[in-house]
Amino acid sequence: MQIPLSWLREYVDIDLPAHELAHRLTMAGVEVGEVTELGGWENCCVGQVMEVSPHPNADSLRLCRVNPGNDSEMEVVCGAPNVAAGQKICFARVGARLYNTHSERHETLKAARIRGVVSEGMICSELELGLGEGHEGIVVLPDDAPIGMALDDYLGDTILDLEVTPNRLDCFSVLGVAHEIGALTGKPVKVPEVRYQEDGPPITGQATVSVADPDLCPRYTASLIQGVKIGPSPQWLQDRLARAGLRPISNVVDVTNYVMLEFNQPLHAFDLDKVRDKTIIVRRAAPGEALETLDGVERELNTEVLVIADSRDPVGLGGVIGGANSEIGPSTTSVLLESATFNSYNNRRTADTFRLHTDASQRFEKGLRPELAPIALRRATQLIQEVAGGVIAQGIYDIYAGSEEPAPRVTLTLKRLKQILGMDVSVDQVEAVFQSLEFDTERVDETTVSVEPPYWRSDINIEEDLIEEVVRIIGYDNVPTTMLSTPIPYRQPAPMTELKARVKAALASVGLQETISYPLVSLEDLERVNCIAETSAPLRVANPMSAGHDHLRPTLLASLLGTLSYNEGHKEGPFRFFEQARVFLPRPNQLPDEREVAAGVISGLRSEPSWLVDNGPLDFFDVKGMLTSTLALLGLTPSWEPAAGEENPALHPGRAANIVCSGYKIGVLGELHPSIAERFDLRYRPATVFEIYLDDLLTLPAGSGRNFRSLTRFPSAHRDVALVVPEDVPAGKVQDILDRHRLVEKVELFDVYAGENLQPGMKSLAFHVYFQSSERTLTADEVNRTLDGLLRVLQREVGATLRD
Amino acid sequence: MTQSTAQSIEELTQTALGELVLLDNSEALEQWRVRYLGRRGGLTGILRGLSQLDIEQRREVGALGNRAKSTLEDELEKRSQEISQARLAQVADLERIDVTLPGRPVATGRLHPTTQVVREITDAFVAMGFSIVEGPEVEWDHYNFEMLNIPQGHPARDMWNTLWVDYVNEEGQRPMLLRTHTSPMQARVMESAQPPVRVIVPGKCYRYEATDATHEWHFYQVEGLAVDEGITFADLKGTLFEFARRLFGSERKVRFRCDYFPFVEPGVDMSIDCFSCQGTDSSCRICRGSGWIEIMGAGMVHPQVLAGVGYDAEKYTGFAFGLGPERIAMLKYGIDDIRHFYSNDLRFLRQF
Repeated sequence: MQIPLSWLREYVDIDLPAHELAHRLTMAGVEVGEVTELGGWENCCVGQVMEVSPHPNADSLRLCRVNPGNDSEMEVVCGAPNVAAGQKICFARVGARLYNTHSERHETLKAARIRGVVSEGMICSELELGLGEGHEGIVVLPDDAPIGMALDDYLGDTILDLEVTPNRLDCFSVLGVAHEIGALTGKPVKVPEVRYQEDGPPITGQATVSVADPDLCPRYTASLIQGVKIGPSPQWLQDRLARAGLRPISNVVDVTNYVMLEFNQPLHAFDLDKVRDKTIIVRRAAPGEALETLDGVERELNTEVLVIADSRDPVGLGGVIGGANSEIGPSTTSVLLESATFNSYNNRRTADTFRLHTDASQRFEKGLRPELAPIALRRATQLIQEVAGGVIAQGIYDIYAGSEEPAPRVTLTLKRLKQILGMDVSVDQVEAVFQSLEFDTERVDETTVSVEPPYWRSDINIEEDLIEEVVRIIGYDNVPTTMLSTPIPYRQPAPMTELKARVKAALASVGLQETISYPLVSLEDLERVNCIAETSAPLRVANPMSAGHDHLRPTLLASLLGTLSYNEGHKEGPFRFFEQARVFLPRPNQLPDEREVAAGVISGLRSEPSWLVDNGPLDFFDVKGMLTSTLALLGLTPSWEPAAGEENPALHPGRAANIVCSGYKIGVLGELHPSIAERFDLRYRPATVFEIYLDDLLTLPAGSGRNFRSLTRFPSAHRDVALVVPEDVPAGKVQDILDRHRLVEKVELFDVYAGENLQPGMKSLAFHVYFQSSERTLTADEVNRTLDGLLRVLQREVGATLRD
Repeated sequence: MTQSTAQSIEELTQTALGELVLLDNSEALEQWRVRYLGRRGGLTGILRGLSQLDIEQRREVGALGNRAKSTLEDELEKRSQEISQARLAQVADLERIDVTLPGRPVATGRLHPTTQVVREITDAFVAMGFSIVEGPEVEWDHYNFEMLNIPQGHPARDMWNTLWVDYVNEEGQRPMLLRTHTSPMQARVMESAQPPVRVIVPGKCYRYEATDATHEWHFYQVEGLAVDEGITFADLKGTLFEFARRLFGSERKVRFRCDYFPFVEPGVDMSIDCFSCQGTDSSCRICRGSGWIEIMGAGMVHPQVLAGVGYDAEKYTGFAFGLGPERIAMLKYGIDDIRHFYSNDLRFLRQF
């Protein structure tokens, strides 16, 4: 809302500086976003054009003698077509700083010779003054503009740009803001007095108004002005509308907008001669009806839409926009003026349906009070006559057929006030607040006050609303500041929250960078990581921001690869990314299953470029090492089982492992499928990815986690063994066989070899095997016997032989 | 024989000592020791020949030999000390490295700045007795709006531009959405527990909103809720003041102004005084010259919300608040554009 200070001053005295006023309003809940000063026109004043004569050397220019106020006339060259003798105009002397429409910059005005004639100043257009866009003609001021007055004093203004919250409908109007200022500063508010003569014949004989659907239109009032002359509004009216951000149209229409800005009540003017049978019926639209609205769009109506109709057709969408068929035009002489109250819910639905959020609908949808309708009607009737002439018919229509809601009286007790605010406020203080807000206030007893809010406030319904009124007017600084003193409730267990924190910390500690990306992706993104057929179709957003973000992701992989390929664009790596977030798995007629996943992608060189490090690419085993450490930090020692290709379509079919703990799959690790690396055009290969399913981690059986093992004081003995096994025997299997013996404390694989000196199809695995007992020192004999036993088992189970 | 043996001991000793003074490193000393004192060394060889002498001579020459041995050993030790002293004196020059060369790179991982700030925020409230709870990111209209006193068709719905899930129920409605705030957890928590309630809800939220330097359609929020008998607006002030002091320093001041959220009444907005310019710089980038920085919305839980979950709204009161971690991070670290957060540029992420 743009509220000009000059307009506010008509209703309430303001002696605060604008920024102080803005601050007070903001603190009270009416936020002033910006304060714009209009003016700064040094060396400009109100002048009068005394004489206009042709320019001797140019047909399009004229010579004007201008009186700038000191009875000294000055000669000015002017190109505007609308300049005429007798006009009051904005005169700029040499030295004024104005917008130059040719150079498109602000420049200081100099005396200039134009086609041989010296111009001693300039008659200004809107654009040159920064008042508007117009520069076809000059600004013509009202006749009563005082000659010689500095333009800053005459036209200068301050515009408050309000960011009004939806509850404070009253502050969508200048008077509403004036009332608010009155309450904050203690100044009285003058509401414009309405008085006019009803010289015409009774309205009832000349127009018929009825409301067929009062549930959607609780109150409908109308007046009639005949014999009006449509034309442009007087300058003052145009100026006010322009400064409040509305475009002037014609006198009658401008008045309806003016009163809407003034009182908040949207009004509509019909050309009565275009209304069939001079009959207005407020009703739901009939099936199949259509209406061309004022914006020139033909709209199909449905039966939930409230229309204003004549005896046959709709002539307007109630409370939203008028119809083209009954529009005020240059030839209009009879104006039927409507001021009504519409059902807010239905109004909002209509506005939503047609995507027509007009100044009117934005007010009606928030619930204007019905008391306002006749007040605004009379004000507008008076102004129409003032600016467009005509005769006002006797009486008005006032159909108040809606369920007459009693004016809401709300009661406040000091006890409740203290219960909510935590402070005592005296009954006098409370009363004073409500009186300053012009609430009808009644002291029920020494601890109870009952109020009826005025017609411009529709946001006061319950006791807490009154408490807010009290505290926002007396100021929040006056409320004490205390710490919570109620008992601390039992802590709610949050195992997933804690697990997520530990997983993130562990992944960061093994050198991975956390990323967070958009949970919405496109189907294309998912197809690129072969993740479409795997589950049912991902959840779609009905109104996505963009085509690239329209599905709730069932995997983090697409996002991570996006992050990788984005960063490859401007960095050498290494790239070690992880993200911990939810994936969304649809369930019929339920909210989706939101599962917590940690996933990562790792590629590029193992180390930052360095003079010390002999660098190689990060590969599967780098990541396996990271995950081994990560899971160890969580107290887990998983097994890594070769994964079938079809199980993980995003992974290299020969380089993928399931991560298994206590028999449960808790994640996967693998090289990215070469075709996906190709699709993402990755610069660094291989890229290795992993996923850990946190929900599955959380449900692992008890005892899968950390268990303390006592530190043994007996020495360990170690033997190195090189085993020859068939190539398809996984090293992990051999290691498991060694590991599971109770005297084997630790097994380290230190060499893998295939090639020369070995039979084809065989490989050699070399281990350090550590033997230890928690009960005694093992003898060499015991160790050798144990090892021999193990070798027999290995021979039997995997066909291992000792390498010569 | 005795004479000549004694003489050769003496000569050997002199030769050895003469060489010793010329030695200047530990390897040479070791060679010297082996040459004269080792098992096959000169002195040992001479002494080995003693067995051919008679007992008297053997004793005489043996004593001579032992004296020579200890002399050589003493001198060796002395020389060894001298050399290591001399070496230490020169170690700076001998072993100097260029300490300005870069160190061996170690891979470090960091948490996303949002994660870090969310943790800071929740830690502050956990210390005041709040428990952390989380809720679904895909929500029903029922929890996101209706239970929060924002019924269908309420004009305040415009405050939350909503991304709706493409799901239509049997009644032909579209009731599933991406939560626009973490506030639905207020209703979910209260539905499942009786007062006292003191929870904090971190999580992702979504809005149908064009992005610019201060707006993202995907962002985090931290919601708080405290409900019990006897909780007042004064407690809200104290709790949020304490939070501001923890996050932005104990000298912080706070200010409350009236604001509107349908699920609280009275509703407020809390600002802290500008930690950057303390209100002294009219062109301050952080507070835009106002001296104050808005950091969160709050208010007393609306009786309609309490009644909606079956609480006795006359008996129980409470406060709720909500804040944006990205905004807090932007303020703390001077980040000028919220779009940096989720574009995952390493050059950004590495700074935190």
